[in-house]
Amino acid sequence: MEMLPGIYRWIHVMAGIMWVGLLYYFNFVQVPAMKAAQADSSAAGISKHVAPRALFYFRWAALVTWLAGAALLSSHFVAAFTFQAGYQKIGVGAWLGTIMLLNVWGIIWPNQKKILGLVPATEEQKNKARRIAFLASRTNTALSIPMLFFMVAQTHIPL
Amino acid sequence: MKNPLDSLWGTVIAGFVLTIILYYIVKTAIGG
Repeated sequence: MEMLPGIYRWIHVMAGIMWVGLLYYFNFVQVPAMKAAQADSSAAGISKHVAPRALFYFRWAALVTWLAGAALLSSHFVAAFTFQAGYQKIGVGAWLGTIMLLNVWGIIWPNQKKILGLVPATEEQKNKARRIAFLASRTNTALSIPMLFFMVAQTHIPL
Repeated sequence: MKNPLDSLWGTVIAGFVLTIILYYIVKTAIGG
């Protein structure tokens, strides 16, 4: 039992690396690559073979990261989310991570399903979905920077 | 005005700016 917090932290970090790593992959690599690939008509391979796999691990890693984080907080969960004394830093990190998770499952994934043709959508709906998913993904990239800062700050950065 | 999220580096800068803003908010809340 005394190993559990360490195990939760291990899972939290591993899943978090996969989640944020794929988020950075989408924003730093895939989006710019798609623009270049569309120019020489090779984008279909990325859309068909790469994006669905990356999105699968991305969204499930997001959920596992959050659940392992919640398990790690355990009895401190409410104290963190209500910013009680001593929990302000991890509270900010936890809220940012939660907003990012909701962004993944509530905005990015439903719109990606339209873009990838997993649910029916007109070309106009797909274009709208592309813009919404893009901005939600960029928002998560921006939020990941303070989120990681405050996760680290709880123990390692005095304020 | 251009949306900073349309640019990759605008997104990264927005993230760092948000970090600095939250840093001072939390620092003030803690009373540091």
